[in-house]
Amino acid sequence: MSIKGKAEELLAGIRQLSGEPFKIMEVCGSHTVAIAKSGIRELLPESVQLVSGPGCPVCVTDNSDIDRFLSLAQTPGVIVATFGDMLRVPGSKTSLQAVRAEGADVRVVYSTLDALEISRQNPDKEVVFLGVGFETTIPTVAVSVEIAEREHLSNYSILSMHKLVPPVLELLVTDPEVGLDGFINPGHVCSVLGTAPFEFIAGKYQKPSVVAGFEALDILEAIWMLLRQRQEKRAAVEIQYSRVVKPEGSPKAAEYISRYFEPVDAVWRGIGRVPQSGLRLKAQYRLFDAEMKFDLPKPKSVNTPGCLCGEILKGRRHPFNCRLFGKACTPLQPVGPCMVSSEGSCAAYYRYSQRRGMSAV
Amino acid sequence: MQSERIIMAHGSGGRLSQRLVAEVFQQAFANPYLDQMNDAAVLPPAQGQPALTTDSFVVSPLFFRGGDIGKLAVCGTVNDLAVTGAAPKYLTAGFVLEEGLLINDLNRIVQSMAATAETAGVTLVAGDTKVVERGSADKLFINTTGLGFIPEGTQLNPLQVKAGDKIIVSGTLGDHGIAIVSEREGLSFSTPVSSDCAPLNHFIQGFLMPGVKCMRDPTRGGLATTLNEIALQAKVGMLISEEHIPLLPAVSGACGMLGFDPLYLANEGKVIAIVAPEIEARVLALMRRHPLGRQASAIGTVTSYEPGLVLLETVIGAKRILSMLEGEHLPRIC
Ligand code: SF4
Repeated sequence: MSIKGKAEELLAGIRQLSGEPFKIMEVCGSHTVAIAKSGIRELLPESVQLVSGPGCPVCVTDNSDIDRFLSLAQTPGVIVATFGDMLRVPGSKTSLQAVRAEGADVRVVYSTLDALEISRQNPDKEVVFLGVGFETTIPTVAVSVEIAEREHLSNYSILSMHKLVPPVLELLVTDPEVGLDGFINPGHVCSVLGTAPFEFIAGKYQKPSVVAGFEALDILEAIWMLLRQRQEKRAAVEIQYSRVVKPEGSPKAAEYISRYFEPVDAVWRGIGRVPQSGLRLKAQYRLFDAEMKFDLPKPKSVNTPGCLCGEILKGRRHPFNCRLFGKACTPLQPVGPCMVSSEGSCAAYYRYSQRRGMSAV
Repeated sequence: MQSERIIMAHGSGGRLSQRLVAEVFQQAFANPYLDQMNDAAVLPPAQGQPALTTDSFVVSPLFFRGGDIGKLAVCGTVNDLAVTGAAPKYLTAGFVLEEGLLINDLNRIVQSMAATAETAGVTLVAGDTKVVERGSADKLFINTTGLGFIPEGTQLNPLQVKAGDKIIVSGTLGDHGIAIVSEREGLSFSTPVSSDCAPLNHFIQGFLMPGVKCMRDPTRGGLATTLNEIALQAKVGMLISEEHIPLLPAVSGACGMLGFDPLYLANEGKVIAIVAPEIEARVLALMRRHPLGRQASAIGTVTSYEPGLVLLETVIGAKRILSMLEGEHLPRIC
């Protein structure tokens, strides 16, 4: 059967089960992009609503963290290694791209291994890797610390701004203003953690959730599975993305995270402090912790005036609700991080939505 | 001379310059016009309307799977002429060499240019070389200018495009972009992707007929940007079917992994043709007969829906806007 044929079949199933309003959050930024790109929203019955969640790691990095690594980048003798997405993110005054143009040494890397290589080649410089990401990328950062320790690369360190998905989800499940009925769980994160850390959604809060893949058909099937749970009056964590995600996850990768890192409270942009939702290197690895190595300022978080990113990340508001959307704020001239990252909700809506800023979908 | 490097004296106009010209350039490109060694090539009178174009090439790395900067410099200019309906005839080439460039590399690139020019049937009639200090350029930049002639009766113009016309692409999209990115970042995929870099003029001559209204080669900005440009110029709308857009599985895979959209990636050997509906089937059949057009596909229709608006019907049957490239393009792809 053609993709379109399969999609029609799934949509028929969804329509059949739709009935009462049902609000689903897609937690992961890659899902947000896939949904916008394939136009799924347009095909869903009105009663089934998809809202985007806090699943873009760049978007949830707080202004205060951005300001901290910007000051690090401007420190003489420091090379900052980062994934490309962070380059244009505006802090309260400037961005990595701008400080690079002024002479700061900022290198875009594709993996932590590249950052290690930069450390080996620049023994007289301090190389700091900006650790921004969820459970998916954290194991690779842990591996880099392991290698740095083995090779005695004393000029390598990481600035851990990593975030954990389950704690922030717990906050959102209980947010009455958002009023969510079901969740599309992040496929990549679950491939590492497995489903156990997401059980509370069903167990404690009686809400259905499904781990989905990233093709349009995966997402449609996940939506149908969520509605089926409601129909059958049950709540569970189901896996649609079984070709990649095992219920137990990847114990080895998960073990790497817990060997090197420990949970701390973390500030999410727009959401605020979420208990035990961040990670820092354990004390025995503090040689590789930029936080310990450098005297980083503790600037207070100043939110960008007019930017609704925080509300959007919680699913309370929609990109089209932002007055700056598509006018003062575009991917070329981003005001907030949701417009910078390719996985940000605002960027996805800007790029793929039929009627830019005219009406909320 | 092979293991030697370019030094500043190669650009001085003195003996070393002459040796470089003789041993590298003249060797590869020898022809009566170049051999005149005049300050300007004097060309015979010609028939048809002259078409002139120029382009500079700064691709990094110099060599990549499926091509190199020299091949690209010939193809890029030949193709710009060919999509206007012109038969490309003459090329000029300007080289900016960075001090330290391996002469062996330069030689390989020049040989590749000569071979590509021969395939395309164009003659390199004038050239120039400059050397700059280390750091003032990155190894090698090439500018090429091309002159061609449009035969009488051929008229391509986006203003002729109207609702109901069909949109055809000559093959898989995004190959060049992915080839360059994977080379640059040292990524390896199980099926490596080669650049599609190729001169299109003979291929285009094979299907050019009355009813072909407008052609473009979707280089930087890819299919999406090129279609938007045509839609704006022709003041028409377009509806494209995602299902019919040809993509190599390796390219879709790489795009998924790297977060690129293949519809925005550069192509260097593809043409988009907008044709009257009556000739759609014939043009497609003629394209598929040529090695460069085996995977040609009709991907959509010109609409009167909203001028300048390109819509994409996604694989699951939803319609969304297909916008122009916004900011994030890859630098130094050609
Ligand atoms: S459109 Fe820009 S300013 Fe508005 S919420 Fe999105 S990122 Fe913030």
